Amino acid sequence: MRDVAVVSFAKAELIGGDNTRNEVEILMPVVHEAIERAGIDKREIGFTCSGSCDYLQGQPFAFVTALDAIGAWPPIEESHVEMDAAWALYEAWVRLQHGDIDSALVYGFGKPSLGSLPDVFVAQLDPYYLQPLWPDAHSLAALQARALAESGVAPDARSATAVSTVPTALQSEGVAPITDGAAAVVLAAGDVAQRLSPRPAWIAGVDHRSEPHHPGMRDLTRSASAELAAERAGAFAGAPIEVAELHAQYAHEEAILRSALRLGAGVRVNPSGGALAANPVMATGLIRIGEAAQRVIDGEATRALAHAASGPCLQQNLVCVLEARA
Amino acid sequence: MSRNYCAVVGIGQTRHASKRADVSLAGLVREAATRALEDAHMDWRDIDAIVIGKAPDMFEGVMMPELYLADALGAGGKPIMRVHTAGSVGGSTALVAASLVQAGIHERVLTLAFEKQSESDTMWALSPRIPFQPAVVAGAGGYFAPHIRAYMQRSGAPDHIGMMVVVKDRLNALRNPYAHLHQPDISMEQVAQSPMLWDPVRYAETCPASDGACAMVLASARYAGAGTYPPAWIVASAMRSEPTMFSGRDQVNPRAGRECAAEVYRQAGIRSPRTEIDCAEIYVPFSWFEPMWMENLGFADLNEGWRLTADGVTAFDGALPVNMSGGVLSTNPIGASGMLRFAEAAMQVRGQAGAHQLQAVRTALGHAYGGGSQFFAMWIVSSQQR
Repeated sequence: MRDVAVVSFAKAELIGGDNTRNEVEILMPVVHEAIERAGIDKREIGFTCSGSCDYLQGQPFAFVTALDAIGAWPPIEESHVEMDAAWALYEAWVRLQHGDIDSALVYGFGKPSLGSLPDVFVAQLDPYYLQPLWPDAHSLAALQARALAESGVAPDARSATAVSTVPTALQSEGVAPITDGAAAVVLAAGDVAQRLSPRPAWIAGVDHRSEPHHPGMRDLTRSASAELAAERAGAFAGAPIEVAELHAQYAHEEAILRSALRLGAGVRVNPSGGALAANPVMATGLIRIGEAAQRVIDGEATRALAHAASGPCLQQNLVCVLEARA
Repeated sequence: MSRNYCAVVGIGQTRHASKRADVSLAGLVREAATRALEDAHMDWRDIDAIVIGKAPDMFEGVMMPELYLADALGAGGKPIMRVHTAGSVGGSTALVAASLVQAGIHERVLTLAFEKQSESDTMWALSPRIPFQPAVVAGAGGYFAPHIRAYMQRSGAPDHIGMMVVVKDRLNALRNPYAHLHQPDISMEQVAQSPMLWDPVRYAETCPASDGACAMVLASARYAGAGTYPPAWIVASAMRSEPTMFSGRDQVNPRAGRECAAEVYRQAGIRSPRTEIDCAEIYVPFSWFEPMWMENLGFADLNEGWRLTADGVTAFDGALPVNMSGGVLSTNPIGASGMLRFAEAAMQVRGQAGAHQLQAVRTALGHAYGGGSQFFAMWIVSSQQR
């Protein structure tokens, strides 16, 4: 694989929502900051990829207004995933492997404060068998928390039990807060990364895996796809992971992920506060990669792991291993 | 380093119709995917990764459907991604899938695009009431009609060119058993008499609303010989985007489209697209977009694109056949419409197009566009690896 690194990262996390700015107004300063920090001429960027979701905005083509503001002129090579922007970063990393371009801009944004997020997530479910039952995100999370508590394997059974009782009794510190926000990352390959950053966060491996959709099809007490993605990304080989950023929107998800990703007691988990501190949906996963990369860029870690998740009960997981190189 | 070889080795599509009430969303995508796998002589377990695409989620009311469809597409334990780049998405999705093979990350990737328009009213989904913004409520036709009028004025094209395009495409659709519209009695008179919806766009000159899906298996050189038919090598691929609107933007002949075309010709080593490309399957949702894109793609000089239609060059038996399948004017499952164009180009190269197969196709162009004529995706497929 070609060497590709995160050279800069910027984010905005507005806890409780921001009712004075729209998505584009939140996103633009973040994109400008990431480009400025990278010290790259915008015209030099070879590929742009974003992640966002129409259902948060409540209108089609949420990504188009963002692209207009990015200033795609002269025309740019650009793509978009209707997923967390961590997957946009994956697409950009794949594109950089082709060797004909050397840098990419990745961004994601979301404004979940516009609606009732636990209810909006119901639209993600099987429209024939699950949606009509209207299990909101908290209810499905509670199902998983209860499964974990009853299994007796939960390393952190207290928070899991607390979450599992009834959805309305979810402990506030065990549930991610409603957050509007955005994030942007600049990726660069080989020599360009070294020119842009004295200590780039090299992507040692990145992989993502899905699982069956129906909760009844899965063992909810573990995350087989997170484990497989971590293995494929090389997280279990080589030097030990020092820092991990996990996309856990509920306390019990963190317990499941610590186990799946084999994070021992010596690993600093979520020094940023993680998704439980701020959760700008569609940017949250990219922020995990940005935060893990920042620990490497700042010299606080030489090897870090970032995780992003999508879907009910951690259905889909992405793992990115970042490292410093001498 | 350079791109690894990638080829289309399996293609499948559903029967397209206004309402596919006989299948669920999962059943619809499964129908196309199963056919693509059969054509590739592969099983679900042979697939390394899946890339799906569709237009806005509100069209079906399922948010991020790669989650729900993971089971139907055999994605358990595998990577699955969901691309959304407006109307060009069917093309972009295929390009993202090809990118995985070209990067050397996977060797056999299933890519699929779909739309089940009967699940909602796409006109409604495209025209939400947004606070503090004037409601457009014009649909896509109302948006593009002024572009068409501008083209007619610029080029001096005679009024009947649009009608010629739709008659040609709907006659081509009679050769395609999968096409949504089969209108054996289509004629210039019939089109002329259809109601004017958005002047100069008549009802008969618009695309239908379809349920349908299209799937392809893309493979590395190692697996290129796997399928029923010879591989269609992807010799060029590109995406380009530009903003929706700004003062001075040419929406009739967008720069992103011109530059996207120039990039695929550069990659394929094509200097004269008009003579070096055997056929083109392009995204024409309203009849007049054929002559407009002929110019944008460099097949004709500025303001001369309509002459290719008028002179029969783009006809099935013409020198540069365009939309052999019947095109978007005959079948339009929005999210899949771009992929159907890419797939038809590959089918022509592989020689599997049945009654709409042309003679001796070596090089074909697949084209998709979306948004306000601002997102472009193209590929060139060839019988020869290069």
